[in-house]
This record gives sequence, structure tokens and C-alpha cells, in this order.
Amino acid sequence: MHFNTLTSPHLAPTSSVAGVMRQVIYALVPGTVAMIWYFGWGVLINLVIGVTVALVTEAIMLYLRKRPIALFLSDFSAVVTAWLLVLALPPLAPWWLITIGVAFSLVIAKHLYGGLGYNPFNPAMAGYVVLLISFPVEMTTWLAPRMLAETQLGFLETLTAVFTGQLPAGISWDAITAATPLDSMRTQLGLNQTIDEIRTSPLWGDFGGKGWEWIGNWFLLGGLWLLYKRVINWRIPVSMLTALFIIASVLYLSDPDTHPLPAFHIFSGGAILGAFFIATDPVSASTTPFGRIIYGASIGLLVFIIRTWGGYPDGVAFAVLLMNMAVPAIDHFTKPRSFGHKSYGD
Amino acid sequence: MKNSYTGIALEGLWHNNPGLVQLLGLCPLLAVSATVINGLGLGLATTLTLVVSNITVSLIRNWVRPEVRIPVFVLVIASIVTGIELAMNAYFHELYNILGIFIPLIVTNCAIIGRAEAFASKNTVDRAFIDGLAMGLGFTLVLVLLGATRELLGSGTLLSQAHLMFGEAARNMTLTVIDDYRGFLLAILPPGAFIGLGMLLAIKNIIDKQLTKRAATINIPTDTLPTSA
Repeated sequence: MHFNTLTSPHLAPTSSVAGVMRQVIYALVPGTVAMIWYFGWGVLINLVIGVTVALVTEAIMLYLRKRPIALFLSDFSAVVTAWLLVLALPPLAPWWLITIGVAFSLVIAKHLYGGLGYNPFNPAMAGYVVLLISFPVEMTTWLAPRMLAETQLGFLETLTAVFTGQLPAGISWDAITAATPLDSMRTQLGLNQTIDEIRTSPLWGDFGGKGWEWIGNWFLLGGLWLLYKRVINWRIPVSMLTALFIIASVLYLSDPDTHPLPAFHIFSGGAILGAFFIATDPVSASTTPFGRIIYGASIGLLVFIIRTWGGYPDGVAFAVLLMNMAVPAIDHFTKPRSFGHKSYGD
Repeated sequence: MKNSYTGIALEGLWHNNPGLVQLLGLCPLLAVSATVINGLGLGLATTLTLVVSNITVSLIRNWVRPEVRIPVFVLVIASIVTGIELAMNAYFHELYNILGIFIPLIVTNCAIIGRAEAFASKNTVDRAFIDGLAMGLGFTLVLVLLGATRELLGSGTLLSQAHLMFGEAARNMTLTVIDDYRGFLLAILPPGAFIGLGMLLAIKNIIDKQLTKRAATINIPTDTLPTSA
């Protein structure tokens, strides 16, 4: 039997920015398709608007900054930013909302800090938080997943709704929208209902809201594929989801009437998408092995704190941005010891 | 040039603007610039303080020993601000309520003690007066510009609540620039102030760059210009 032997140096294949970004996009596809299946054409239309705006904005900023336009446009980083932002937006978000969010992400959160590789904050989440605090009404008008909706909008009807804000005659916003599982859990707990009472509503599936829990699973699949391809490191998603699970379990075991199942926290809102796709952003996340564990676990903890005691139903975006701020300090104190040197603090 | 009245005025209004170049007094600048009227109110109060404190400090500059000058300046400024605060409480009561803590906090505005120390304590009364006026108006200009940008983006109006400043007759001065505007809340919230100020700084730097470029291109061929022109 003949084995090919190569002489040293044995280098790992170089991974280009475009290659990594392309793999992230592939990994996002299953979850995105699931979202289109459950929430209708709006997700796809928003995605097309978001990506178009992202490419145009990126080109303008690169032109103004006198950088090679074709080179940086083809690395897909703007597409990934827009894609992640759009997934966090309600399916019938008006076109101007998407435009403002994507433009803010790329112009202020990315290029004003120096472009790809220099942004201290995750651009997609910065854009999302700007939209959430500026346009609370539009940002909380979520559609009901298909098995709960009374009517589903067709492609053209959705297109009209996105661009003009008009629904077809005879359909009211109340008929197609519904509270998200996290939102409804929050409201009902505020009305002093117990978890058992809340879960009798048809909104609930096995652990999360109907539809929502499955979207989480498809994103999980994409995330695991990214782990397998070694595009992302396991430390951040694992530590984030573990931290979220542990604190949710402790509180659930101490008082099951007022705290939902730990699995509910994992499979609702942006927890899985955040753990695998957003917190792992190679630019704004921590880069040392132990630092990544601190960073991920802190995000998980903050997500739980914001969801349970904070002012918003979900807290992934805020948690990621807060921990982005802490990254320089985390990296500084967790610098690995290089061989022959004393460790930090000795 | 720098020591003429025009030079001093230009320093305060543009080249050494307290808001855009010295970056002094940022706390009130960021906190009360949510509308044009708030900005204008605080800007004028600061200008008045600067003018009176500059004149006073310049008058007493030869009798204050250098060892105790800072406490003396602070006492002078604090007395002036107390006077202005009482006057605003009497004549612009609603505006006084809106500006709240930022009126007494003019005492701690670094721009005022900065001008007292850096200019008024070394110059004659007339020049100290011009400097205080120019610096104050420069600060007001930034406050009003930032206030206008944030108000326009945040609520689509300009000069809302003008009656707080100009009396009942001005109640109709509010301009609704964009009808049926949803309001970009971020502009009115604190992040809007930081981003807005950053943008103003960038615009000023662009203008300055253009001016130097133009000056450079004009200066080269001066000897070839016809002398009669």
C-alpha cells in the first residue's frame, strides 16, 4: 500500500475571510428556511432587502474610505452582518426599518471603527439594539407561526405589507400577529399565573413556543456543522448555553411555579442563534481559550438576568454587546502562558 | 492677528471652539442638547456666565495672589451662576425646570474656569470680554446645532416649546419639518448625543481640511496675480 508522504512544514489550509463567511452563510440556511416555513415570505423579502442594502452601504463606505471595493465586497462579511440582523427582525418589518438597521450596523458600528477586524462591537447586534430602542412598536409586531395563525399572507400580500405597511382588506394586524413565547411568558408571569397555567395555552409546544423551538433546532444543526468544520470554537457556545441552563435549572428547581423549564430558555428567542452565530463573531469575541469560557458564560448569565428581571423579553443582543465591552479586559487577564515565560501575575 | 478682536472672536467661534475643539463642558453639552430650545437656553446662560466671569477675573487679576487664584475664580464663577440661576427661576421658570441641575452645574463647566485661568487672568478687560462672548457663543452654536439635529431626527420638529424661551407669542414658532414622522428615538436618547457630537467633530475637521487645502492652492500663485485686482 502506498502512502503519500509530504515533507514538512505541515501547514493547515489557510482559511480566508470569504471562505469562513461563506461557511457561516451555509450554516444559516437550514434555520432561515425553517423561519420562512413558519413565518412566511416576509423573512425572505426582508433578507433580500437587507442584503441589498448591506452591499450598497458597504460599497459606498469602501469608496469613501478609498478601499478596494470589489475585494471587500466579495468577502461576504457585510452579507453575514445583514443576514444575522434580519433574522432577529419581525417577519413583516417595514423596509425602512431594515434599511436603517443595516446601514447603522455597517456605517457606524463597523466602518467608523475601522472596518472589518476593528469593530469592538458586533455590528449586527448594534444595529438590532438601535432598532429595538428606537422603534419599539415595529420591533415587537411578531407574526404567529403558521400552525397558530388564522390566515397566512401570500407572497404579493407580504410584499405590499413590507413596502407600504398595508394589509390586504379584511385582515387586521391582530389576526396575524402574536406575542413571542418569551414575551407571553413574561406577561403571564407578571399577572401572577403559574407556569402550569401558562403552559395550557395552545401557544406552547414541547419545551418552547410552537414553531419557535424547531427554528432553534435548525439553527443548532447549522451551528454544529460550523463546530465540525472548525469555523467556530466550541468554548463560547457551550459555555454560554451551559451557563444559561445551569442558572435556569437552579431557579426552576427552587421554584417551578414561577420559573419556566431550563429547556424553555435554551429553545426560545435568540439563545441558540446567539450562541453559535453571534457570540462567536471572530472580531468582537474573546480570543483566549479561558477568556472564551468567561465570555460565553457571562453572556449566558446576562441573557437569563435580562430575560427574568430586566426590561426586555429577550436579552441576547444586550448581553453580547455588554460582554463585547469587557473583551479587552478578559483577553488581557487570560493571556495564555507562553512556553518558558512565567504566567500572568507571578 | 491672534491678538486682535477679530482674532480672539474667531478663536472662540471656530479655531478653538469649546465644544468642538477643546471638548470642554461635554456633560451639559451632551445632556441638554435634545432640543433647540434647551440648547439655546443653556448656551445663553453659559455665555452670560462666561462674559461676566471673564470681566470680573480680568478686573481683579492684579490683586489675586497666584497661590489662591483657582479658589477665588471658582468663588467668582459660583456667585455669578447663583445670580443667573435665581434670575432664570424668576423669569424663565419652565425652562429652568427642564434644564434642572444643569444650570447650577454651569459652575463646574470646565470651559468657564478654563477661560478665566488661560485668558482673562492674563489679559485686559476689553479683550477678556470679547473672549468670553466668543467662547460662549461658540459653545451655544454647538449646543443649538446638536439640539437641532437631534430634535429633527428624533421627533421631526424644530424649535418645539419655543414659548419657554420667547414667551407665549412664540408658541406657534414650532416648525414641523417632517409630517407624520415616527420619531427616531435613538437621536433623543443619550447615544444620539454622543454620535451626533462625533459627527459634528468630523464635519468640522472636513471643513478645516478643505480650508487649508484651498489656502495652499491660493498661496502658491500669489505673485502671478495681477496687482491691480
